[in-house]
Amino acid sequence: MATLNILILVCLGYVVLLFGVAFAADRMAAAGRGKWLRSPLVYTLSLSIYCTAWTFYGAVGNAARSGLEFVTIYLGPTLVMVSWWWGLRKLVRVGRSQRVTSIADLLSSRYGKSNTLAVCVTILAVLGGTPYIALQLQSITLSFSIFAEADPSGLYREGSSVFWVATGLAVFAILFGTRNLDANERHHGVVTAIALESVVKLFALLAVGVFVVWGVAGGMSPMMDRIDASEIGRWNVDAGRWTTLIFLSAAAFVCLPRMFQVMIVENDDEGHLRMAAWAFPLYLLLMSLFVVPIAVVGLDLLPEGSNPDLFVLTVPLSQGNDWLAMLSFIGGFSSATSMVIVTAMALSTMVSNHVVMPIWLNTQEGLGSISGDVRNIVLMARRVSIAVIMALGYFYYSLSGGGTALSSIGLVAFAGISQILPALVGGLFWRGATRTGALVGLTVGFVLWTYTLLLPGMGGVWMPETVMQNGLFGLGWLRPQALFGIEGMDPMVHTVMWSLSLNTVAFCITSLFSFPSPLERLQGAQFVNVFDHSATPRGWTGSVAQSEDLMIMTQRILGAGPAQEFFQTEAEQQGGRSRLPEPTPGFLNRLERELSGSVGAATAHAMIGQIVGGSSVSVEDLLAVADESAQLLEYSSQLEVKSAELSRTARKLREANTKLTQISEQKDSFLSQVSHELRTPMTSIRAFSEIMRDTKGLRGTEQTRYAAIIHDEALRLTRLLDDLLDLSVLESGQVSLNVGDDSLRSVLDRAVSSALAGTDEKLAVRRSRASERIPLHTDLDRLGQVFINLISNAQKYCESPDPILTISAHDVGGRVVIDFTDNGSGIPPEAQSMVFEKFARVGVDKAGGAGLGLAICREIMQRLGGEISYLPGQGGGAFRVSLPLAYQQAAQ
Amino acid sequence: MTAEGESERKPSGQRPSVFLERQSYRRRRLTDAARLLPFLGAALFALPLLWPGLSAEGQAVPLSSAMFYIFACWGGLILVGLIFGMAARRLRTRDESETEADQWRR
Repeated sequence: MATLNILILVCLGYVVLLFGVAFAADRMAAAGRGKWLRSPLVYTLSLSIYCTAWTFYGAVGNAARSGLEFVTIYLGPTLVMVSWWWGLRKLVRVGRSQRVTSIADLLSSRYGKSNTLAVCVTILAVLGGTPYIALQLQSITLSFSIFAEADPSGLYREGSSVFWVATGLAVFAILFGTRNLDANERHHGVVTAIALESVVKLFALLAVGVFVVWGVAGGMSPMMDRIDASEIGRWNVDAGRWTTLIFLSAAAFVCLPRMFQVMIVENDDEGHLRMAAWAFPLYLLLMSLFVVPIAVVGLDLLPEGSNPDLFVLTVPLSQGNDWLAMLSFIGGFSSATSMVIVTAMALSTMVSNHVVMPIWLNTQEGLGSISGDVRNIVLMARRVSIAVIMALGYFYYSLSGGGTALSSIGLVAFAGISQILPALVGGLFWRGATRTGALVGLTVGFVLWTYTLLLPGMGGVWMPETVMQNGLFGLGWLRPQALFGIEGMDPMVHTVMWSLSLNTVAFCITSLFSFPSPLERLQGAQFVNVFDHSATPRGWTGSVAQSEDLMIMTQRILGAGPAQEFFQTEAEQQGGRSRLPEPTPGFLNRLERELSGSVGAATAHAMIGQIVGGSSVSVEDLLAVADESAQLLEYSSQLEVKSAELSRTARKLREANTKLTQISEQKDSFLSQVSHELRTPMTSIRAFSEIMRDTKGLRGTEQTRYAAIIHDEALRLTRLLDDLLDLSVLESGQVSLNVGDDSLRSVLDRAVSSALAGTDEKLAVRRSRASERIPLHTDLDRLGQVFINLISNAQKYCESPDPILTISAHDVGGRVVIDFTDNGSGIPPEAQSMVFEKFARVGVDKAGGAGLGLAICREIMQRLGGEISYLPGQGGGAFRVSLPLAYQQAAQ
Repeated sequence: MTAEGESERKPSGQRPSVFLERQSYRRRRLTDAARLLPFLGAALFALPLLWPGLSAEGQAVPLSSAMFYIFACWGGLILVGLIFGMAARRLRTRDESETEADQWRR
């Protein structure tokens, strides 16, 4: 029989072991050794402080009362861990990039470093945490009392044992939780001790389970039969409670200060989550694997009325297996101590950073009067906070006297702390969430939780029976467990449903209607888009004179050594010769982060603000920046318009220049062509006239021949000059048109007869006279000139042995189209574009005219409002003349 | 005109190879699956709500079967989570080494 004394000895030995482990781990971490301290395995094991004495003992009790319902408490966290990609990853990243020290700090930092919010969360956490700590003390005491009953010789007094347990835990938390000030530095000692404790409690529970299944029940299948035969042997779980408890435990898993401490603050590496995502659910599964068998065997073996919360201890004891009972006691002890230590650490950080330090800073007027080492004050505040929190837990336990079922207190705490969830999730995923919204939501949730769950649970003076029956002020719809007249719900489901839903609604609506401060909006963007930018956009501005003040203040908080080192590094990075760095915005941001690791974001912000003179980011600044950029945008758009205009003008100039160059070239070539054309007949005229003048005795026939040549050449010259004159008159637009009426047929008749008159070369002209009966109102002589030109061209250039010219006319929608097609070889493609140019002749050998005919035709047709063009692909040379039926002045 | 100019300026080496694209595609789908996992879990754990309770007519589900179902789902979730974790790490390390190689190539 294990006596109480042995138990106490084992207990003390275990505590000494824990101290040793924590001390060694701290030493190793300080020496830079022990990489395994930062391994994902240790991280995962440290998460298991979720399993407190409540789950160690209480789960079996819960299973004995309501079957499988206990498993909900583990399923919620399992789902949270499995969905780490959605939420935890972001939470950890935010926690690391903002150097948050607690969940209160996280919310305060998100909502514009509001200390009010931090204080609210702290109060909520302390209120929820105190009963929870009391619960752990109670479980240790209860387990002690089990052994005390079995050992009547021992001198056991319940009150004193609780006191000494509380004191011991406080000492441990103070020793290892407040060694270093920077809460953001990992507490390797504590974390390692917790990891060890989690192994111990898992081992203990598994050992009891194995003993029960194989030692007592005799194997798996007899055990299963026994389970089905027991009083809890049928699936009987209230659907509302099942869903609510899974949700509640998931919410609490994220929001509980101690979970936040180990999961976010003590996290070394985001990658650890990847292992924890499956390993922690596995841990939970193992923890709950043997709960039902232990409960069933306990119900079978132990007398009616024994406390099912302690079956883990009493079942081995009743079987006379004292050492197993001892192991199980150590397991429960581990669960309780690890939870209490971490909770005390987390809560004390919150209390000292958000309550004590702001008050203390306010009592000091200005920075100049801050005397002494702030560091010591912060540490002292934290130590005192731990002691106070433990004392609160102790008094709560003494006042309530224990007795309530373990799991109900735990659930009350869960429901309380879950009120943070809307503000937390909203802050992480919704940029529109505001500080006012968070405050209102928290308040609504807190009030409802207190009124519907906390106070009715305490009963007595706190919640008189009349209020329970008739509601507050006699209003029936305000009954604490039947709000708005909806009765018959399980109290837990009722509270969670109303408080969280109204909390969320209030948070969302107030956020929608309120407007956040600039700092809040910047922080909101930082949190929601943490994966896009992990740097801070907010800025400080300061002058060099303030660096010294900053140095003095930092020394007081971080201690002289670290502060000097930090400033030295910064100064080196800035490359200055001075030992003090310039207070650039970047430096001030880093300093603020560094300080916030020690005293919390809100306090650090306020302290730097005191020296540098307020946040440099104001609405006016933001507006000024916005104005400036708007002006820049406008200016640049103006520039763009102007440059587009310039490039348009330049293009036009270029085009005009090209045209001018072309015209100049045309003029040059025209002049040279004209002089060439004039020179040929002139040369022959001069030559023959010189012969006639200088040669004596010319015969009459010769004289006549030469004179005829001279006459012909003169005629040719005259014709050329006539053409040129005609062309220049036409081109200059000074021509006066002689408009008359006639049919196309008669115009063509005249043109054909005059073109073919007096030539030897035969050309057959084919016409369809019927289609030519088209009346025309235009300058008939000029049009005839064009036709004559085209017919004589065909006559001159058609190489066919039997030249045929086909003339066809159509009336196409108010225009008459006349095609002149011969059966020759046509004009080669490369020359087609040139035929209408002046002096353009196809084939040099057939020099007939000056090459002005078609140019004149084109000009005439333009004057008449029509056009002349070459038709390729007609089997021979083909020209198309088109002109309006009635000449109109406007057609020019 | 500008678009053409830009496409001309872009060196052809910047285009990731088909193999790399396939890798990141796989990783994205793996992430999708990992994100869907909690929903699967929630659905599985919500299923017992449909079982007949003690109050209902007929036989209620024996506790041993209920335990078996819950723990089987739980174990399955853990296993899938473990596989995802390992696959994610493998893909990530391979990806990292590849981008490194890519930088050298460039």
